[in-house]
Amino acid sequence: MTTLTTLTTTTLEISPSPDSWVTVCEESRLTPGRGVAALLPDGRQAAVFRDRAGRLYAIDNRDPFTGAQVLSRGLVGSADGRPFVASPLLKQRFDLETGRCLDDDEVAVAVYQVRTK
Amino acid sequence: MSADMTAHTPTIVLVGHGMVGQRFLESLADRGVTERARIVVLCEEPRPAYDRVQLTSYFSGKTPDDLSMVEDGFMEKHGIELYVGDPAESVDREARTVTARSGRVFAYDSLVLATGSYPFVPPVPGKDARGCFVYRTIEDLLAIEEYAKTATTGAVVGGGLLGLEAAGALKGLGLDTHVVEFAPRLMPVQVDEGGGAALLRTIERMGLTVHTGTGTQEVVTADGAVTGMKLSDGSEVATDMVVFSAGVRPRDQLARDCGLTVGERGGIAVDEQCRTSDPAVFAIGECALATDGRVYGLVAPGYEMAQTVAAALADEAGDGFTGADMSTKLKLLGVDVASFGDAHGTAEGCLDVVYSDSRSGVYKKLVVSGEGVLLGGVLVGDAEQYGLLRPLTGTVPPVSPEQLVLPAGAGAPVALGPSALPDDAVICSCHNVTKHAIGECSSLAEVKKCTKAGTGCGSCVKVIEKLLPAPTDKGLCRCFSYSRSELYEIARTLRITSFAALLDSHGRQEARGGEGCEVCKPTVGSIIASLNNGYILDGEQASLQDTNDHFLANMQRNGSYSVVPRIPGGEITPDRLIVIGEVARDFGLYTKITGGQRIDLFGARVDQLPAIWTRLVDAGFESGHAYGKSLRTVKSCVGQTWCRYGVQDSVKMAIQLELRYRGLRAPHKLKSAVSGCARECAEAQSKDFGIIATANGWNLYVGGNGGATPRHADLLAQDLSDAELIRLIDRFLMFYIRTADRLERTSTWLERLEGGLDHLKDVVVHDSLGLCEELEGLMAAHVDDYQDEWAQTLDDPDRLRRFVSFVNAPDAPDPSVRFVPERDQIKPDLTILTLGRTNSTLEGASSR
Repeated sequence: MTTLTTLTTTTLEISPSPDSWVTVCEESRLTPGRGVAALLPDGRQAAVFRDRAGRLYAIDNRDPFTGAQVLSRGLVGSADGRPFVASPLLKQRFDLETGRCLDDDEVAVAVYQVRTK
Repeated sequence: MSADMTAHTPTIVLVGHGMVGQRFLESLADRGVTERARIVVLCEEPRPAYDRVQLTSYFSGKTPDDLSMVEDGFMEKHGIELYVGDPAESVDREARTVTARSGRVFAYDSLVLATGSYPFVPPVPGKDARGCFVYRTIEDLLAIEEYAKTATTGAVVGGGLLGLEAAGALKGLGLDTHVVEFAPRLMPVQVDEGGGAALLRTIERMGLTVHTGTGTQEVVTADGAVTGMKLSDGSEVATDMVVFSAGVRPRDQLARDCGLTVGERGGIAVDEQCRTSDPAVFAIGECALATDGRVYGLVAPGYEMAQTVAAALADEAGDGFTGADMSTKLKLLGVDVASFGDAHGTAEGCLDVVYSDSRSGVYKKLVVSGEGVLLGGVLVGDAEQYGLLRPLTGTVPPVSPEQLVLPAGAGAPVALGPSALPDDAVICSCHNVTKHAIGECSSLAEVKKCTKAGTGCGSCVKVIEKLLPAPTDKGLCRCFSYSRSELYEIARTLRITSFAALLDSHGRQEARGGEGCEVCKPTVGSIIASLNNGYILDGEQASLQDTNDHFLANMQRNGSYSVVPRIPGGEITPDRLIVIGEVARDFGLYTKITGGQRIDLFGARVDQLPAIWTRLVDAGFESGHAYGKSLRTVKSCVGQTWCRYGVQDSVKMAIQLELRYRGLRAPHKLKSAVSGCARECAEAQSKDFGIIATANGWNLYVGGNGGATPRHADLLAQDLSDAELIRLIDRFLMFYIRTADRLERTSTWLERLEGGLDHLKDVVVHDSLGLCEELEGLMAAHVDDYQDEWAQTLDDPDRLRRFVSFVNAPDAPDPSVRFVPERDQIKPDLTILTLGRTNSTLEGASSR
């Protein structure tokens, strides 16, 4: 029989607005270096990522350059120690911690808090 | 009158499509004027604007297309109407119309004359004889080249800038070449006596005969063809052809005929906004007489005028054009010649610093003021420092003038590099680009694209390169200092099969332990895939693939995907064709036939892909790898079986090749075709590997390309049997996969490959590196291990889990992927995509 520790699953949640948390999935669903998309109660979409070190990030899923909800399907990378995702459409990079676009100072996407339970 | 006539669209007519004319059009486009005005261009020459400054490079192998100044699609993109070979014949300023030679009449609101100049031919007897030419257009060069085939001697009248260019061209065509210059030295406008003397010595050493201080009195002819020239000093030169290059004159006839004011010595008089005496008419470039009383024969001032007028037409306040720097740097007959600023030392009280070495033909002179301000200079034989000195003109240089002209090693600590220049120093004078603007870019390509610097005369390129980060780093990206082919070798020899292991052992120090980036991840993913032939979406491999590989489909602009089943050789049964039709109909997909003889189904949501592929796989289809950097299709003609001309079964061969190489991961996509006879209906010579049937077997062509930079494939081997053909393609493809850079198609790879086609033949035909057995082994492993990625995916519930729009709502379709009808099918509803724009930016600042 399995032991208690392996039975414990870790649930990943994000916060689309202050004091509210939305369940995304089990943490194990995330492949390091890739993202998943989550539908938020108000219709927005979040892109949730896990990096090699196991750190979790969530930003808005909408690529502001094309308007398409695709950032969750981009590739995760790091530059100068900071994690980013590159849009799968036109490859602009977004800092996963701040949402800032690394290739255009005037563009940013929303960032959401993430936690595991 | 209909209602839409109230919004009048103004018309701008441009007469003349040379370098300045094209620059004017680009400036209009940059300012958005092309969107609100109708633009008509009348061009006399049979081709659109080309780089006249680089005209002579036609003789060193550049084609007229290479010289073109017009980016593909520019006219179409901006809706500009260009009429080539149809010059303006007359202007009616009263009616505001221009009539072209074809009889077309255009009404204008603004008229811009950019008619350029014509070569001045001195009125000497015999000037119109057979064998007399001018040096101005590509057509002139073609005519000179043709006539030179039967000539042994040529003479150029004029020892100025263009004259020496022409002399270089004649010399290059193998003629004994004479240069006749009326002034006492060569290039009298640009260089002083000392510079002229240095130039003369160097040019004479090359075997040219120079006659200075003498004019041309008569062209001697026999039977209407040139046989020689009589000079004003009484001497005679025997020659088979004469090229007049004694300066240019503004082409102002059109302006004269319609009563515009022209200068006493020619040139259409303009004000600082480049307006002529009629405010609706502008003149720019070599046909214009500027407010300082000069006609500028250089391209940079012309560009400035073009921008001035474009700004005026866009209602922008501009500086206006009051005069320009006449600085020039060129390579004439291999000799660097430059002059800048006050080259002749005309300023009051100015001083010279001169360095002259007649042995090596180097002459340098700087003109400085009493206070040490650099005013100008002349450089002959070594103009390396031009890019630095010209921007320093008007300042007190940070080191003494002697140190600027002395060669390295002669006591000069040449510590002054471009880094010493102030930020506002103009580095590219053709396009007026400062050091600061260049510093914003990270590569020469980026500089050229973003600022246009270096795309004019090119003299500043060396300085630009020094201002950019060292280009010695051939690394793949910021994570690896190795190139793709080096990483391939590392992964192969050390048997590294994971990205993390490769990054942590061979990445740049600062990148180790990190995530990698969007460049190296797919590249290494492809290397690992081509070395190991496994399923590409399991474990770590999954995180390396671009989205297209990750979902085994091609992402389109609204986040939906397109699906391309493989149709080997383009051969398909009616039953399978019906299945594709039914799938498209049942899932509501947009359907289009591709250029590669297959069918693309657009508009699938990510969560629909498994269901679509279940139907396709059940009907016997497999992945077409349209999403991968891998073999796309092997196109074919119908071949011997049906075609009365065919000599081999091209369809059978195409199917065999497509099934052999399907799924092969490569540095870039691979395309192929097989033609059943020399008529080449499958267009095999535009493919990465193309096969053309012969009576005795197959000819193999490699390195062809269509697309943005088309290249005809090179013949690698002839009259091969089926087995020989396949063995050779195996070797070729594996050698390419092993040695090419990331995203390098076979065409650019072959161009870059040291030794080119001969080297490739040595390696893959004659096995000069002893590699062939290994290359064949790698391909055999690929062929043995191939499995259809879609069938593998559908068989595995774990692999299917990723195909949801939302991980927390697996059954919900993505509401942002919507479509609207067009021509009885669907297209993406882009209004949905733009709707979200308002609330997307910055609102997240609160959360983290």
